[in-house]
Amino acid sequence: MNPQHWERLGRSFAEASIRLRWLVIALSVALSIGIGYGASTLQFAGDYRVFFGPDNPDFVANERAQATFGKPDNVVFVIIPDDGEVFTSDTLRAVHALTEAAWTGIPYVSRVDSLTNFQNTQGDGDNLIVEDLVFDPTTLSETSLAEVRRAAMQEPLVNGFVVSPGADATLVNAVVQLPSEIPNMASQANSVARDIRDRIEAEFPGHTIHITGVASLSAAFEEAGVADSSTLIPAVYGLILVVMLVALRSLSAVLASLLLILLSTFVGMGVGGLAGVELTPISLAAPTIILTIAVADAIHVIAGVRGEMRRKASRRDAIIQSLGLNFLPIGITSLTTVIGFLTLNFSDSPPFHHLGNMTAAGIAAAWLLSITFLPALLSVLPMSFRQATGSDGRTGTMTRVASGVISAPRAFLGALAVGSAAAIAYTPTIEINDQWSKYFDQSLEFRQAIDASDPYFGSDTVEFILDPGAPGEVVDPEFLAVVDAFAAWLREQPSDVAHVFALSDIMKRLNRNLNGDDPAFYRLPEDQALASQYLLVYELSLPYGLGLNDRVDIDRQSTRVTASMRDISTGETRDFVSKAEAWFAANGRGYGLEVTGPKVLFAFVADRNIQAAADGAIYLIIAILVILTVAFRSLSVGLLSVIANVLPILTAFGIWALLVGVVGFSIAAVGAVAVGLVVDFTVHFLSKYDHRRHAEGGSVVDAVRYAFDTAGQAIVLTTVILASGFAILATSTFKLNADMGLLTAISIVLAMLVNLLLVPAILLIAGQRIQSVESHTTAS
Amino acid sequence: MISRVVTALSMASALALPLGAFAEDLAGLPPEERGYRIMERSDLSDAGFGSSTVDLTMTLTDGSGRSTVRNMQIDTLEKRGNGNGDKSLTRFFSPPDVEGTALLSHARILDPDDQWLYLPGLRRVKRISSSNKSGPFVGSEFAFEDLTANELGKYAYRYLETVQDAATGLELDVVECKPLYERSGYSKLHCYVDAEIHQSRRVEFFDRGGRLFKTLELLDYRQSTDGFWRAHEQVMTNHLTGKATTLRFGEFEFGISLNQRDFEPSILDRL
Repeated sequence: MNPQHWERLGRSFAEASIRLRWLVIALSVALSIGIGYGASTLQFAGDYRVFFGPDNPDFVANERAQATFGKPDNVVFVIIPDDGEVFTSDTLRAVHALTEAAWTGIPYVSRVDSLTNFQNTQGDGDNLIVEDLVFDPTTLSETSLAEVRRAAMQEPLVNGFVVSPGADATLVNAVVQLPSEIPNMASQANSVARDIRDRIEAEFPGHTIHITGVASLSAAFEEAGVADSSTLIPAVYGLILVVMLVALRSLSAVLASLLLILLSTFVGMGVGGLAGVELTPISLAAPTIILTIAVADAIHVIAGVRGEMRRKASRRDAIIQSLGLNFLPIGITSLTTVIGFLTLNFSDSPPFHHLGNMTAAGIAAAWLLSITFLPALLSVLPMSFRQATGSDGRTGTMTRVASGVISAPRAFLGALAVGSAAAIAYTPTIEINDQWSKYFDQSLEFRQAIDASDPYFGSDTVEFILDPGAPGEVVDPEFLAVVDAFAAWLREQPSDVAHVFALSDIMKRLNRNLNGDDPAFYRLPEDQALASQYLLVYELSLPYGLGLNDRVDIDRQSTRVTASMRDISTGETRDFVSKAEAWFAANGRGYGLEVTGPKVLFAFVADRNIQAAADGAIYLIIAILVILTVAFRSLSVGLLSVIANVLPILTAFGIWALLVGVVGFSIAAVGAVAVGLVVDFTVHFLSKYDHRRHAEGGSVVDAVRYAFDTAGQAIVLTTVILASGFAILATSTFKLNADMGLLTAISIVLAMLVNLLLVPAILLIAGQRIQSVESHTTAS
Repeated sequence: MISRVVTALSMASALALPLGAFAEDLAGLPPEERGYRIMERSDLSDAGFGSSTVDLTMTLTDGSGRSTVRNMQIDTLEKRGNGNGDKSLTRFFSPPDVEGTALLSHARILDPDDQWLYLPGLRRVKRISSSNKSGPFVGSEFAFEDLTANELGKYAYRYLETVQDAATGLELDVVECKPLYERSGYSKLHCYVDAEIHQSRRVEFFDRGGRLFKTLELLDYRQSTDGFWRAHEQVMTNHLTGKATTLRFGEFEFGISLNQRDFEPSILDRL
């Protein structure tokens, strides 16, 4: 089918839509709202785990560890007394009250560790006394305060874990087993935690309490998403209103566009709801992106109508003519953009699938509505455009740009090629690195809490599962010696590790307690049976929620060593993990080691996503090559399009490498999203060029000039809309979205330059060759 | 306070009345008393067993379905008088490392239990002072307080409703039991008591925040020749962690020749 056929098809669509306008409008609205109703079931993901696919091997290991030891998810209250001293009656009373409140208030709590409820085992002759370190804080004398301080600060299971090494901050760690099948659970737990904090802060003035922990992280994802929805979406609507009013100067046109994007967004979100998507800040970028892309569709059609009406066409004819001209380009660009977003399904991280699928549905809806609903609506809304009074400024600029390229195509080609090559040379220096705490903007409470507590306690944990290989062997003295040496090694990494919680410390303490508290026995027991019996004693003497179940597995084959980690980046975490693995390989006597925890998951998810995205990008490029080759029936046009679209994105990565240097895992999404978008430019430019050159038999120079005149302005306008839309996303409180927005915006601007300067330059140079060959042949 | 008074009154009436009087209809009573009476019937049906011994297999299962087995033997001596609970001696046979370890426990109703542990590795008896009643018993989903016999004085009661069990068709009285021990791990229990044999078929445990988090199913009830009911299988499921513990009891032997001296700490290192 050649382009003329597509034009005729577009005109038929327009004619039919205008003829049946009321039916089309009613059906479009009803269908869109019907599908959009599915969005009413959308809920926030209650759990950070939504970021990991079920086949991600790190995730599988994490889930396995959790099935054995319970989830390590927690709500952490960090209590900082104004007077800088934790061991005062007032602060201990606050800790005691907070511990009790955490037990009774927080849903699904399975364990609470605090300074006051630490099980202070003591040996007294043949008595083993097990009691809370501070059972009743109201009756503490100065001497007993000093005694509590001494007991706490010399105990490695306390110092650095629930009290900071400087005794100037303390924490209450509530472990929660939030069921992931119940949405909003994390945010519910977090809101209870905030109530508790407010109550304790009010009751004990002079204390600042921050809430961190994995459950708060999960809740923070939701809060970031809500914050974004309430700021970004209105901002995009505002932007669209301004651009439309400036560009089209018609309230009816603006109204029509707004309705189009609104219905497209309904469909996108509705499909998400029907597919059972769990919302994340990432999938919540979908409405912003749908808005941006849908408005670009509308603008092409409406700008075409305006152009025709200025040339004194009737409104009906103008609509039909515009749709005829835009039918193929809008169809192709929608198709490539949809494919681009669908390739996000290659990602390892489900929120990107959700973003891709919801956006793809919204864009498909925008396309269908643009060729049916929009012409019908435009035909009933009052609309008039001033008749053209000569060439306006922008067309003049386009003409000058066209003349520039036509006069020196080789110079443009050379300059752009060198510039791009220089930038692309830096692309490999991009460092894939991020810090999940820094995903959140400093305006969010969670980020402030992490920043405040990190100097005292670190910010999160890495779990090491050590496995001696056979049931019962966890108390083998050789194995315990390895656990002890490993804990010691971890403590030698102060820039990464804030605290280490290990079974070996419990065993040493028990050995001392069961030998009459003789300090000489503060060492690992040498006999396996004895060590096993110690463990039994300990298990038998702990109260509810403070047992060993989360530290040693049921058949005593493995134990969990927990490292409280400093707020280090994913890159540093990967280095740390590989150092730990290397140490264990050399010194671990061949025992098993598994490294898990959310920090580890996030540390490796970027690499997995980028590998997956690379696969997706290859499929996308092949799809674009095939679609454009078929649409324009020319392999060279297909190849030219691939160059025109891959080059600016690689260049954008290069510029990012130069300016920022570091990217997080959302970068994986940028390639596919941007390629799908910027093909728009190539398609519009080449379709106009092709129309003149082949349908109307113009020369290469003539066709380039015509393409500039007819498509140039729309390309610039679309660039402004898309780049501003994604730039708004760059102001997201969620860094993954912000990075994706900014990098996509840069890619779009570069793509405009490449399409307006490099593509015509290549066409001209190639055309001159062909013409010279042709004239040569004719001459001979 | 009221429940204590009710408790005292009921205790007095229980002592004064012959057993048969409990066949009376409880329906008209206020819920607190009705609940108490239901549990009292259960308690009385067990009165006078004197002593018992039983082998126990404990199977722990974690969230991933892995399981491990511990074997032990429990000797029990019935309580004498109020305020105290039964005395028990638990001998561990496996895992192998703990073989020979023995735990002697003198249960108390509203205070921490007295406990002694014999450690063969140290060849010493250690007295444990702790408030561990709420704690897990050797890594299982059972707390100490779940294992000790249902002493009437442990809880304040309130009858809730009578339901028909969907699976078995049994008629069950549901009684809310609020622990009186202040360091209990629970805010309340819901006991489902079989109206016919007066034994608990199911117990639901609510955490300190009032949320259901464990369920105990008592299965395979058998009545001994002396008339004492015992569930020979008990399955405790933790809904928070997905872990479960199954207790499988062997044959209970009642009225064996055990006396107070067999439950003194000094006996432990002679076992």
